[in-house]
Amino acid sequence: MSSHKPPLYQVHQTSGADFTNFGGWEMPVKFDSIRTEHSAVRDSVGIFDVSHMSEVTVSGPDATELMNRLTTNDIRELNPGDAHYSCILNDDGVILDDTVVYQYPDRDGYVFVPNAGHGEKMVNRWSKFAWKHGLTVSVENKTSETGLVAVQGPDAEAKVDSVTADPVINVSVFSCFRNEIAGVECLVARTGYTGEDGFEIFFPANDSAGVWNAFEDIQPCGLGARDTLRLEAGLLLSGQDFDPEDEPRTPLEAGLSFVVDFSKPDFVGQRALQDLKEGGVDEQMVGLKIKDRAIARHGYSIVDDGIEIGRVTSGTLSPTFDVPLALGYIQPEYAERGLEVAVEIRDRTVDATIVNQRFLTSLNAN
Amino acid sequence: MSFKVPNNLHYTVSHEWVERRDEVIRVGITDFAQDELGDIVFVELPEQGAAFKEGEEIGVIESIKAVSDIYAPVSGEIVTVNETVLNEPEYINDEPYQRGWMIEMVADDDLEHLLTPTEYRG
Repeated sequence: MSSHKPPLYQVHQTSGADFTNFGGWEMPVKFDSIRTEHSAVRDSVGIFDVSHMSEVTVSGPDATELMNRLTTNDIRELNPGDAHYSCILNDDGVILDDTVVYQYPDRDGYVFVPNAGHGEKMVNRWSKFAWKHGLTVSVENKTSETGLVAVQGPDAEAKVDSVTADPVINVSVFSCFRNEIAGVECLVARTGYTGEDGFEIFFPANDSAGVWNAFEDIQPCGLGARDTLRLEAGLLLSGQDFDPEDEPRTPLEAGLSFVVDFSKPDFVGQRALQDLKEGGVDEQMVGLKIKDRAIARHGYSIVDDGIEIGRVTSGTLSPTFDVPLALGYIQPEYAERGLEVAVEIRDRTVDATIVNQRFLTSLNAN
Repeated sequence: MSFKVPNNLHYTVSHEWVERRDEVIRVGITDFAQDELGDIVFVELPEQGAAFKEGEEIGVIESIKAVSDIYAPVSGEIVTVNETVLNEPEYINDEPYQRGWMIEMVADDDLEHLLTPTEYRG
């Protein structure tokens, strides 16, 4: 697979980062250690280069209708400067991608952020649908010309505020606004993928070094810590927790019903989801707390009395709780919090408990 | 990044190091291997007294990123297991050639067929 390098590749290389290929991008997997970076975000603040994420802009008189037809959440509820999480489905209701949609604060239209490597596919999907239904829109893949960093953690607000021209204090969660960092005009959004407060900052790719260096005293974090952080927060990873080919899942199975608005006008996948809602799902996502010192990884069987009842999609040792945690899909009759099951980890069977997949909240409460 | 490859050790292609210590050999994984694995969180090691043939799996190292087998560098019997790394596996990351060693064996074979430091670096 050909590999894109993010605009900050040389900067990261100089920092001694280790790289990995993710979605066709050569991205830093760690700068120090995953534990160090993870703890920085949980305890203070960290910065991620997430330029591998795609950016697609949608504008024109029918932009709102097109967005509403191709995503599950109700786009009409957004006001300028608002954002929300949403899913993109096929006709069978299977998740093709998950995304955050931002309505521009200062002009018409939207920018949404598909996962790495998905930008062109989404542009094609949007354009084809618009053409077929006679909708007047302009859809553009802005991935290569857009830089994106995420500043996440309890101290993110103070850190971002210290480098922006205008204050970011009291900016609402899931909103975005224009601001300036190191002389660069940015779109600053209070969103993220770590379970912490934080900001995602969009800017012209050519200005990446200036924006990144404005945060020079913050712990740089790679995709390794991003994965442990998002898993603790119970957030899904495209290609692993859902994938149209390898792990085809609907939002109802994946615990994402909250971003499906059945009351809005027809959207792609709605009919299939309605049928599924009435008939019930065969499997649903749960959280697993593993009782032994072993990591339940993608594809491992979840069993009850030796019978497979589901499979793990993501697992790690939680740096925050120091216990192995996992996400997986199991038959609904087993999706009961507190139920004891087991996971087959290599050549042994390890006990596990079904827990709320929002580990950060549910385990902190115990 | 350059990795430490001490000159007094022998190496395997699967990234174990072997140190001759009187009657026994001491085995661990190399600096390169620990860096590739990243944050090591668990290690499974064999029982004292277990016998293995060269190349057989003798244990498992699990990092946050990946799981990896450890192989017997030569045939022989396990005589000591490093309890420290069972309880504090982070020593494998921090001190792969010192406190991060894993097992000691009485070897059935000599070590001459293993990689020299120069060969391993290559």
